[in-house]
Amino acid sequence: MCTGNEFLQPLEAFLADDKLTESDLIEILHFTQNHFGYIPDEAQLLIAKRLKIPTSRVYGVVTFYSYFTQVPKGDNQISICLGTACYIKGAQNVLNEFEKQLGISSGETTADRHFSINPTRCLGDCSKAPVVMVNDDIYSRVEPGDVSKILAKYRSDSQEAR
Amino acid sequence: MNFQELRDLQPIARKKLDERLAGNPDVEIYGDGYRLSGDYFRRQTRVVLRNSDIIDPLNIEEYIAMDGYRALADILEKEISPANVVETMIEAKLRGRGGAGFPAGRKWKEAHDYDAERKYVICNADEGDPGAYMDRHILESDPHAVLEGMAIAAYAIGADYGYIYVRAEYPIAVKRLRAAIAQAEERKLLGDNILGTDFCFHLELRLGAGAFVCGEATAMIESIEGRRGMPRFKRHRTAHKGLFGMPTIVNNVETLANVAGIYRNGPEWFKSIGTAGSPGTKVFALVGKIAEPGLVEVPMGTPLREIIYNIGGGIKDNKKFKAVQTGGPSGGCIPEQFLDIQVDFDELVRIGSIMGSGGMVIMDEDDCMVDIARFFMEFSVEESCGKCTPCRIGNKRILELLNKIIHGDGRERDLDYLKELSLVIRDTSLCGLGQSATNPVLSTLKYFEDEYKAHAIDKKCPAGVCKALKHYYISDACVGCGLCMRNCPTNCISGEPRSKHTINQESCVQCGTCVNVCPVKAIHVE
Repeated sequence: MCTGNEFLQPLEAFLADDKLTESDLIEILHFTQNHFGYIPDEAQLLIAKRLKIPTSRVYGVVTFYSYFTQVPKGDNQISICLGTACYIKGAQNVLNEFEKQLGISSGETTADRHFSINPTRCLGDCSKAPVVMVNDDIYSRVEPGDVSKILAKYRSDSQEAR
Repeated sequence: MNFQELRDLQPIARKKLDERLAGNPDVEIYGDGYRLSGDYFRRQTRVVLRNSDIIDPLNIEEYIAMDGYRALADILEKEISPANVVETMIEAKLRGRGGAGFPAGRKWKEAHDYDAERKYVICNADEGDPGAYMDRHILESDPHAVLEGMAIAAYAIGADYGYIYVRAEYPIAVKRLRAAIAQAEERKLLGDNILGTDFCFHLELRLGAGAFVCGEATAMIESIEGRRGMPRFKRHRTAHKGLFGMPTIVNNVETLANVAGIYRNGPEWFKSIGTAGSPGTKVFALVGKIAEPGLVEVPMGTPLREIIYNIGGGIKDNKKFKAVQTGGPSGGCIPEQFLDIQVDFDELVRIGSIMGSGGMVIMDEDDCMVDIARFFMEFSVEESCGKCTPCRIGNKRILELLNKIIHGDGRERDLDYLKELSLVIRDTSLCGLGQSATNPVLSTLKYFEDEYKAHAIDKKCPAGVCKALKHYYISDACVGCGLCMRNCPTNCISGEPRSKHTINQESCVQCGTCVNVCPVKAIHVE
C-alpha cells in the first residue's frame, strides 16, 4: 500500500506490519498522535483502508477518547483567562493582541506549530487579573503591550530546543 | 530457567539484595524480610506493598530474592491441577480490589468451567479515580508481583494470552511493565514453555486513551478490540463470552498483586488478616486535608479513625474533620459519626459509600459538601460514554440542578427532585459508572442535608466556598483609605475619603482582592 504521500510515509511504514488487526486500532492511533502531534484526516483514511474497516469507525474511536486530538497542538500552550474579573480588566484586548501577533484565532495553532491559543475559563487568580498562562508559567496583570515580550521568551525557548 | 535454576538463584539473589540494602537507613529488617523504616510504615500491614520502594523494580532478581515466582513455580512443579488452584482462590475469599469486591475465585471458576478454544486474562490498570494512585504505585514499584499473579490466574482458567490495560497517562508504569515482561520472558517465567513445562502464557500491554469508563470490564474489552469504550449489555458473563467472544477474566492490579502471596503462604494465612467477609489488606490513598498524605496499607476492618488519626496524623492545620470521601466519583461522603466503623466492602456499602479502588479524600470544615457533589458530578458527566439514557441525560440534569443550587437559584423542592432523579439513575443505568455516579449526591444529601438547605433556602454557603452565595461587606472599622476602591477590578466600591466605603453587591464578582489589600481588615465575607 503506497499513497505516494511523503507526509504519511512514517505511518505507512508502521502499518506495513501484516500482523496488525482491527484490535490494534488504538495502538495505531497512539503511534499516529505521537508522530504527528495530532490525528490528521488523511491518516484516518489510510488506517481505515489498511484495517478494512469504515473510516467512520476510526473517526468514532478518535473522537471517543479524550487523549486523541484532530487539531494540531503547538509546542507552547497559551491560556488567556476570560473569567469575569479578567474580562472586565481587559483580558479580551490581551487575547486580541495575541491573536493579532500570531495570526490565529483562539483554539487554533500557528503554522510552525510553536504556539496554540486555548480558550480558558477562570484560572482562579482573580486578584492578579488579567492572567495569562503559558505552559505552566503564570503572568499576572498583563496588558496588550506585554504580549510581544511574553511571546519572544517562548520563541527563543522552542528554537533552542530544536 | 527451570525449577532447579530458579531455586538456586533465589539465595544468591537474596545475598546480593542484602548487601545492597545493608546500612540503608530507609529500610529495616522485619521478620525474614524488610520493611520501610519509620512509624508511618510500622503502623501499617504491608502485604501487597511488601516489596514496594525496597526492591529495584527494574531488576527481576531482586523480586526473585524476595521469593518471587516461587508460587508459580510450586504450582507448576507439583503439577497442581487448575481446578485445585481455583479451589484455593475460592477458599482464600479474595475479593476484587477494583471496586465492587466480587470474589476473584468465583470469577476464575466460571471461566475455568467454561469450555472454549481460547481464554484470556486481563489486568485492569485503568486507574481513573481522581485521588487514587495505588495501582500506579504497585506497577511502578513491584511489577513482577502483578505478572506472577496474572500467570497463576492464566494457569487456573486455562488461558495462554493476557493483556494489561494501562493508562497512557502513566508513562513510568508502562516503561517498567515493558521491562519486567521482557526480563520475565528472557528467563522463561513468561512466554512459551514456562520453566520448561507445557504451560505457555503471553502478555501484551494495551494503552488506554483517556476514557474513565474503560475501567468497566466490558468497556475495557471493547477498547482492547479496537472500538469505542462503551459497556456491553450483560447478556453473557465476561467469564463465558468476553474478549473476542472468549471466556475472559478481568482482575484489578491490586487483586492480582495479592495472588502470589496467597499461594506462597496459603489461604489460611490470608484469611487470618482482615475480616471474615473481606479477608486480607487494602491499600488506601489517603489524600486531601490530611497531615501526612500517602499510600496506607492496613488489614480490612481497620477503623477509619485509626487510618486517619493514628497513621495519617489527623487533619491538616488542626482543622475540624467534616467528612471522608471514599470510592472516588462512584463513592460517597462519610460523616464524623461513622469514624469508628471498621472499613471493609460491606460496611462501606451499608453506610452509603463504596470501597472503590481505595481513594480516601479527607475533607475539613472549609469544604462545601454541595460543591464536592458538584465536582464529582461534573466528572461523571464528562466521562459518561453516552450509551444509555439515564447516565447520559440524567447525570447532566443532576449537574444542572446542583449548579442552580450553588448559584443561589435553588428551591426546597429541588432537593426532593435531586434525590428522586439520583435514585432513578442508580436503578436504571447500564453499567457501574451510571449506577454509582449519583452516590456522591445521595450520600451528601443524606448526611449533610443542612448544607443543601442552607444553599437552597437560606441562600448561604456555610463553608464559604460557593462564590455566588458569598457576600463581601465593609465594617465600621473602615478608615476610608480608598485602597480597596482603587484595586477593585469591577469598580464596585464607592465612598468618600476618610469615611466608610460600601460595596455594590450587584457588580461584585467576589474575587477577594479588597480583602487582601485592606490595611485594617475591615472587609469580611458572609
